[in-house]
Parts: sequence; structure tokens; C-alpha cells
Amino acid sequence: MLEVRNLTKIYEMGFVRKRRIVAVDDISFDIKEGEIVSLVGESGSGKTTTAKIILRLLPPTSGNVIFEGKDIWRDIKTHEELKEYWKKIHAVFQDPYASYNPFYRIDRVLHQALELIGVDPRSTEGRNRIREALLYVGLNPDDVLGKYPHQLSGGQRQRIMIARCWLLKPKLIVADEPVSMIDASMRGAIIKLFMQLRDDYKTTTIFITHDLGLAYHVSDKILVMYKGKIVDQGAPDELIKKPTHEYTKRLLESVPTLYKKWTWE
Amino acid sequence: MPLPVLELENVRAYYRQSFGNITRVVRAVDGVSLKIFEGDIVGIVGESGCGKSTLANVMMMNIKPPLQFVDGAIRLYAGDNILELHKLPIEVLRERVWGKEVAIIPQAALNALMPTIRIRRLILDIVKSHDPDVDENEVITRAVKRFKEIGLPEHVINMYPFELSGGMRQRVVIAIATLLNPRLLIADEPTSALDVVTQKMVLKTLVDVYKMGIIKSIAFITHDIATVRQIASRIVVMYAGKIVEDSLVEDIIVKPLHPYTDGLIGSVLTPEEEVRKRRIKYIPGQPPDLANPPPGCRFHPRCSFAMDICRREEPPLVEVEKGRFVACWLYMKR
Repeated sequence: MLEVRNLTKIYEMGFVRKRRIVAVDDISFDIKEGEIVSLVGESGSGKTTTAKIILRLLPPTSGNVIFEGKDIWRDIKTHEELKEYWKKIHAVFQDPYASYNPFYRIDRVLHQALELIGVDPRSTEGRNRIREALLYVGLNPDDVLGKYPHQLSGGQRQRIMIARCWLLKPKLIVADEPVSMIDASMRGAIIKLFMQLRDDYKTTTIFITHDLGLAYHVSDKILVMYKGKIVDQGAPDELIKKPTHEYTKRLLESVPTLYKKWTWE
Repeated sequence: MPLPVLELENVRAYYRQSFGNITRVVRAVDGVSLKIFEGDIVGIVGESGCGKSTLANVMMMNIKPPLQFVDGAIRLYAGDNILELHKLPIEVLRERVWGKEVAIIPQAALNALMPTIRIRRLILDIVKSHDPDVDENEVITRAVKRFKEIGLPEHVINMYPFELSGGMRQRVVIAIATLLNPRLLIADEPTSALDVVTQKMVLKTLVDVYKMGIIKSIAFITHDIATVRQIASRIVVMYAGKIVEDSLVEDIIVKPLHPYTDGLIGSVLTPEEEVRKRRIKYIPGQPPDLANPPPGCRFHPRCSFAMDICRREEPPLVEVEKGRFVACWLYMKR
């Protein structure tokens, strides 16, 4: 469903003496429909740059991103085609607060989603769909509708972003650190929603995180990124038991575990 | 019997803010009793807004408005002397206590500092703020010695903070905080902004200063129960300004007693098969607003075992098994 071929992004800085930073270095991978694939790496490993290119927010230096047979950077030319693409993919970002305009009630992001698919948010159908979407993500519509973003918790705000996904039924969700600002006791609830969307609607998800533990639990496949390259990949259990790259091994040794205690030599 | 180092007895510290004639009181630390012994590495765990960072500052009486010390007692056992920290004026705390008896590693400490002052100058400034007549050469000699002990290169002392990586900076902070060999080191989320590989290195440095006997007691404050499990000997769980459970690490990981602790451990997602076998869990609802906490047990609105008494009366923290303290009506013999 999504093919990434030899994707490279080089940032150039400075006017006279150019400094080149290779953020993404010739990466390739495939994602099948209904899969949750995690991109795991530390800050600066190129995972967010990759996400931005797939979201068509940032042009690549070279390489291709092919979604449903179309190269999204070559074949999408008109504004109409781009709008069509953005209906099929949806982004969920790290800071749910930044995804809202603080001056508007949270209803607005849901209304805009309905308008995008041609449903009048004020009609009975529109109102019912919004309620249904909020119930789907485990929120009581009466608790959240009509509120401003600051009146809700981070978990509630992130759930509303996923309710928006439910309304639009995108083929692909690109979630960039969606739970890193949410307390541990509520993370499970959010990541379960991505799994629920996969099971109910075969929604494909690219899950970007620095947390290998999280990736281990949520994904069907893990890609480990390090210095712009994919250095290791595989099914979660396979990767945890038999990491091939030095970096993955080091990462696994450094992630605090709950049951196994480190020896500190 | 190990010797106590610090004792908190029913301590309350509130944030008080006034807007015109409306006063908002946030009860960040609300009746906390805690004893830290020599040789303890105590992990204080809780979610954002539970009062754990406030507690870190209250433990050393570093109290600045709008935070106010309401009541309770804080005793520091300094050899034969018992210092009642809550009664000491700030000048005495600065001269005799902070840095010498109790030191703190604040969150992201070096990021907040002037990047254009060399580490050498910084160390002198800090030491002089506690003791203006100190011998500069001696301080630097000491610092260099401490740097070597924790595996930092000597020349770091002449570098600027911006030249150091996140991990190096945090280790410099550890070196500075332990310079005067305090009895108790309070580390407030010392690794939260670091990637896991660097985090392990910083944790190792803390373990090293402990094993070398430079620091005999550590209070480690974090939101991550898996991190605390690796470093602490004892875990104290905070929820909504109160301690809900206090036990040895092994006991609490294998058999958490308080439903909140159980939920917290259940929602940990580490790359381990044991964790994957059980389903992904979470605690429904969200923590209460500390300006307006619920009556009775503060966890009852999110608790699946809540009974009548939980909604009415606050459970006290009692010892239910040897060395296991919990504040929950489920374990109270009536």
C-alpha cells in the first residue's frame, strides 16, 4: 500500500559555505494495508523527517514515496489531487494542544473533518456522527463538546484527534510520538485506539516513537532508525530476541525493564 | 537498624495564588510522612501534577512563593545534631544545609544556565553563594578530583556548558551537587530529557557515587517506574499530593498493594515478553485537580474497588506487612 524507495533528505545550511546534513539516508520500506509499523529512533535519527515527507509536508531530495500506486511527489500536481491525498492520510502529532486553535471550541476540528467529507456538521446526521466518533474513542460527548482545548486533559485532546481520524476513516495514519506527552497510566488507552482502528477498519498506521517498549507492544513491524538509516527491522518479538545491528543491541540494553534488573556490572 | 537521614512528618505545602479576592489553593504536598535512612535509594514515583517535584523542594525546605509551607515537621539527622529544617531561617539553610547536608539535582539543570560561563566559574559561583570566604584553588582541586572519580575528563572544567552533550552536562551537575559530600542527594527527574542510551550512562554515574560511598542516601524522583526499579531499593508512590504506597522495590513490582500502584505497573510498556503476555492496561479517568480534590481517598473516582468508606474517609498510611506501607481501605482491618 505504501512503498518508500531510496528516500533521501539533505538539509543545506548557510550561504557561502554550505553545510549539509543528511537527515534521511537512502531508506526503503513497504507497508501493507492494516499494518502498524513503528519507526523507532532517538532524536535526530530522521524519523520525523521521514514522516513529514510521507505527509507531503516536506519535499525529499531524492527517492520516491508511492501510495496506492501513485508517486506522491511526482503524480500529485493539482490542489484537488493533494486534497484527495490528505483525505486518505491523517496525521496525529506529539503535542495535542498544538493541533488545536486555543480560541475555538474543540468541536471545530470535528466540524472541519465533516466538512471535508461533505457532511453538514449542523445536520442531524453530522451531529450523530460526532457523538458516535467520541464514543468510539471512549469519551462522553457531553463532557467534551463545547469545551475549549485548555479545559481538557492531554489524553482527552489526543482522543479527540483520533475521533477525527474515525470520522475521516483515512487509509493511513501517521502518528508522530502521539503518547509521549501523556501520562503512563493513560498511554495504554490511546495506543489501544490505533489497534482498534486497525482491527475494525484495516487502518494502516505509521507509529513514530523513541520508545522501543511502546513500539514492541503496538506494532506488527518495527523499523529501527539510526543516523538517517534503517539499521534493523522485523516483527517485534524477533527484533527483541535477535537484534542484528549494534545500535539495536545497545538500545535494548539501555531501555529500563520492569522485571529484569540490571546488574550495574 | 539503619540510621535515619531525613524525616518528614505530616508535611503540608500548598501553592496559594490570589486573583483579586479569589484565592486558589493547590494542595501539592498534603500530609506526607516519609523517612529516609542511610544507605537508602528511595524512588519517588508519580504522574505529572502529583506533587513529586514540589516534594523534592519541600524536603530541603527550598520554598519560594507561591509555594507555602503549611505545617508538619522536617528533621535532618546530621550526626549528633537534629536540625529541624522547617524552623530554620533561609540564611541558615543556605549556609549550613543546602549543598552540605542536602543537595538537589533539579530537572534539566545545566540547560537553564548561562552558556557563556565556563564550568570552572560556575562551580566557584555556586560554592561561594553558600560560603563567600572559600579558597578558590581548593574548590577547583576538589572538583577536578570529583570529575575524575565519576569518569569525566579533567579538561571539562575549562569548557562551556554548550560544548557538552546532554549526558555530560548531567554528569557535571552530579559532580557539582556531590562536591561537598552531602548526606542526602535529591535527584528530580535527572534523566527525563535524555535518550535511553545516555540515560543509562547518567544512572550509572549516580550508582557509582553511591557505591563509592560519596553519597549514602539518594531520593530519586521520576515518573517512570521501570527506571526507578533499576536504581532504587525502595519505592514511594505518590498520587494527588499524598503517599499511597511505600515498600521495597522487589515487593512492589511483584505484588503491588494499592490499586493505583497496580494500575501504574500494569500500564508500563517495556520490551519484555512477560509484559506482552498480559494485555495493555491503563487507568481510566484522570488525576484530580489539586485545588479541589475529591473527598475520602483521592483515588476513589478511578478505582475499580471503591467502596462506601473510600468516598467518605481518607485512608491513613499504615504498615500492613513488615516494611510495607499502604494507604488503602482494602487492607485495613476493621
